[in-house]
Amino acid sequence: MKREMQKDSPLYPAVGVQTGLIGGVLAVLLGLIGMVETFHQRYIVEELLSMGQALLGMTFILLCYLAARHSPTIKSALVRGILCGLIMACSLWTLVLLGEQINLRAMFINASPQLFEILTFHRGTGKGGLILAAAGGLFGLFCGLLSFSSPGLRRMVFTALGVVVSAGVLQDLIRPTLSAWPGLEGWSERLFAANGLRPSGAVVLFVLTACSSLFGSWKGKAIQNRFQRLSPERRRLVHYGGVSAAFVLILFLPWILGLFFSEVLTIVGLYVLLGLGLNIVVGFAGLLDLGYVAFFAIGAYVTALLTSPELGFFHFSFWSALPFAVGLGIIAGVLLGIPVLNMRGDYLAIATLGFGEIIRILVLSDFLRPWLGGAQGIGRIPKPALGGWELATPQEIYYLILAGCLLAVFLSFRLRNSRLGRAWMAIREDEDVAQALGINLVTTKLLAFATGAGLSALSGAIFAAKLGSVYPHSFNVMISINILCLIIVGGMGSIPGVIVGAAALVGLPELLREFAEYRLLVYGAALLAMMLLKPEGLWPEAVHRRELHAGGKEEE
Amino acid sequence: MGKAWRKQVGIIDWIMWGIGAGVLALILFGSVVTLKAGIYSGRHWLDFLIFGLAQGSIYALIAMGYTMVYGVLRMINFAHGEVFMSGPYTAYFLAASFYRSGFLEAHPAWSLILIFLLSVGVSAGIAFLLERIAYRPLREAPRLIPLITAIGASFFLQYVFRGLYGSGFQAYPVIKALEGHWSLFHLPILKFQVMVIFSAAFLLAVLYSFIQKSRLGKAIRAVSEDREAASLMAVDVDRMISLTFVVGGAAAGAAGVLYALMFKQVHFFMGFMPGIKAFTAAVLGGIGNIPGAMLGGIFLGLIESVGPSLFLDGLGIPAPYQLKDAIAFTLLVLVLIFRPTGILGERLAVKKA
Repeated sequence: MKREMQKDSPLYPAVGVQTGLIGGVLAVLLGLIGMVETFHQRYIVEELLSMGQALLGMTFILLCYLAARHSPTIKSALVRGILCGLIMACSLWTLVLLGEQINLRAMFINASPQLFEILTFHRGTGKGGLILAAAGGLFGLFCGLLSFSSPGLRRMVFTALGVVVSAGVLQDLIRPTLSAWPGLEGWSERLFAANGLRPSGAVVLFVLTACSSLFGSWKGKAIQNRFQRLSPERRRLVHYGGVSAAFVLILFLPWILGLFFSEVLTIVGLYVLLGLGLNIVVGFAGLLDLGYVAFFAIGAYVTALLTSPELGFFHFSFWSALPFAVGLGIIAGVLLGIPVLNMRGDYLAIATLGFGEIIRILVLSDFLRPWLGGAQGIGRIPKPALGGWELATPQEIYYLILAGCLLAVFLSFRLRNSRLGRAWMAIREDEDVAQALGINLVTTKLLAFATGAGLSALSGAIFAAKLGSVYPHSFNVMISINILCLIIVGGMGSIPGVIVGAAALVGLPELLREFAEYRLLVYGAALLAMMLLKPEGLWPEAVHRRELHAGGKEEE
Repeated sequence: MGKAWRKQVGIIDWIMWGIGAGVLALILFGSVVTLKAGIYSGRHWLDFLIFGLAQGSIYALIAMGYTMVYGVLRMINFAHGEVFMSGPYTAYFLAASFYRSGFLEAHPAWSLILIFLLSVGVSAGIAFLLERIAYRPLREAPRLIPLITAIGASFFLQYVFRGLYGSGFQAYPVIKALEGHWSLFHLPILKFQVMVIFSAAFLLAVLYSFIQKSRLGKAIRAVSEDREAASLMAVDVDRMISLTFVVGGAAAGAAGVLYALMFKQVHFFMGFMPGIKAFTAAVLGGIGNIPGAMLGGIFLGLIESVGPSLFLDGLGIPAPYQLKDAIAFTLLVLVLIFRPTGILGERLAVKKA
């Protein structure tokens, strides 16, 4: 009781100190794992703000804001925010001091002089430390003020900052996109320099988004109401108009973005396809399958076996091999589904993980080498051909993947609201109740496994044809985890969520090559953060959102 | 799952029993052929046995953490393998610095004890923080959510270690006192294996008596029996759950140090396989059952070291040792299918959701 009262007393700074210490540990960790230094190579604003600095800055803003939030008075908000910022800056400075005294590198390989240079703004320990402290204090002040501003203003600042940072991060994507349109080349020149935004460009972008955000909070409600008042026919017209515009855009995307980004798009597309399949198993039916990559491998290996001249058992074309690949995938889904029928939750996860690993180990072993190629894999898989047209470049393969994704989206949408989809969701919510309501658990679960496996095998077949070769190392448990991650981040059970998740978790790392090393770290952190803060995902499914925010906590 | 379920899936049951019988027949056939062919001498089998015992006792130590956490929280702590991995990393840096300063040569016993205690402390600390930050806020969430959190935590920890210490293998310094053989009935036995077996046995005994005899151990058991009733009996449930993680983490850290003594290298991904194996061991013994986890670990270690040569050589499979992980996983899947309550039976089977 006493502690509670102390916490609410206006100047009580403990929250600031506590958050500051947590933030300090976090910031030091970001430096020591090498993220700051790696990201320092790319600038967000030319010569002014690097991505590494932005990363640290965002950590400062986040934690100072958390510290200042829920303060009773503006004075205590400011005190908490500034304290938090100062403590974080001090922890970083302590790291620099320590690094100068002793050789931290013997233990932490990333505690390099370059890191310390970055942290002290290349100004030496003393002066740099002061600048660092000042920056921390300013961040705290800024967040303290922000926590007491109106929600509209807060949203405006955060959106504008977010847009500027994303524009800087995605510069390689935005620049060619802008140049592809005849009228917009000038804009690309005006906004971007060789490495990062121009300072003037950043300001323009900030002001523009801030204005549009202001306009949104001023008029947004009115526009929404106006749309609600439209007659159903016209509303549908607007809806279909939007969808067909998006479709046309998707259709021409590879030609707008060029070869490299088409390659990225094909990878994202394959993950969307995989994600949609796993979404049926995990998102709809609630069966946590960690061996999902096995079906991907089966699809790829069947295609390779049937088409590649390297082993020479069969000489199918891609199109005639495809049904076999998908069919065998489905059969494997059912076969692996049968033994795990009466397992739940964690047992199911571990058993499927075991299955996935068994398959990978078998493929890798010398035992099956004469048939599956062992560690060397199978090469020389022919490209798919349509009539006389061979789908060889990423831009052409893209359409194959797009077709697969559209099929998967269509299937998912149709299945979700079907009798079967409802049965899956009933099982997800409560297996015993579902069974009591007359749902046949065996067939329903097996259908979920089979559908998911089929989509995964389809994805695998396209993957094999795209790459031209298959190796057992492409099919490790990480792939299953990646896919799980993207459907969780997107929102379990949500179909657009899968696409958003794939774009964010697969597309982004492909665009930022510096990021690749930290990819799985960020995945793990994303899983943790999503589960702790926003378990329904970025683009949640309506039912799930209602369920997680239904007020009362759910009992097991 | 009552009898109604069994009736409903009659045909599937038959299929599964068929699979089981097939696997059993293969194992028997393979063993008979191997033994008849006499590829391996008694020496070989003894080596396999001792190695299996050492490995198995390490699995047993890790499995304790899984089983205890499952007992109190009903969740699989997927990140337990990473808690295990943090132990040898700490041990590596200590051993390397002791080696450089010459302390390791001068006082091998003291430095080993120091390395051991500090590494165990770090692992216990990581396990404690893990529970505090990642699992405690989700205690009342639907079942899938803590599981996914645990997977996330596992990868997060792995790659934080990779970022901090680099992605390569790091080799342990040689500890002279543990090199060489002892002879037992004129048979040479590697010193470090004996050391691993004895320290693991000692630790398991300490752990077992802690859980069975001490007040805190009783409180932990009370929480895993019935959380609400325990809290009514003035047991501080939150603190007991933390303690469970700390004890489990310490056991995993100790196992990690022993593991590093055996395999002499550390790597950020080293926790994954032993983690899953130890989970298999916990399931094998009946999850939530502490003596079961110990027995399960030792059994799994033995099967893994003897199995490939015994079962697979006879079937004419080349390089059977490559398939030892597949044997462990097959065992896991078979146990989960046919006897999910484990060999000794799951103490918590009734209440499993």
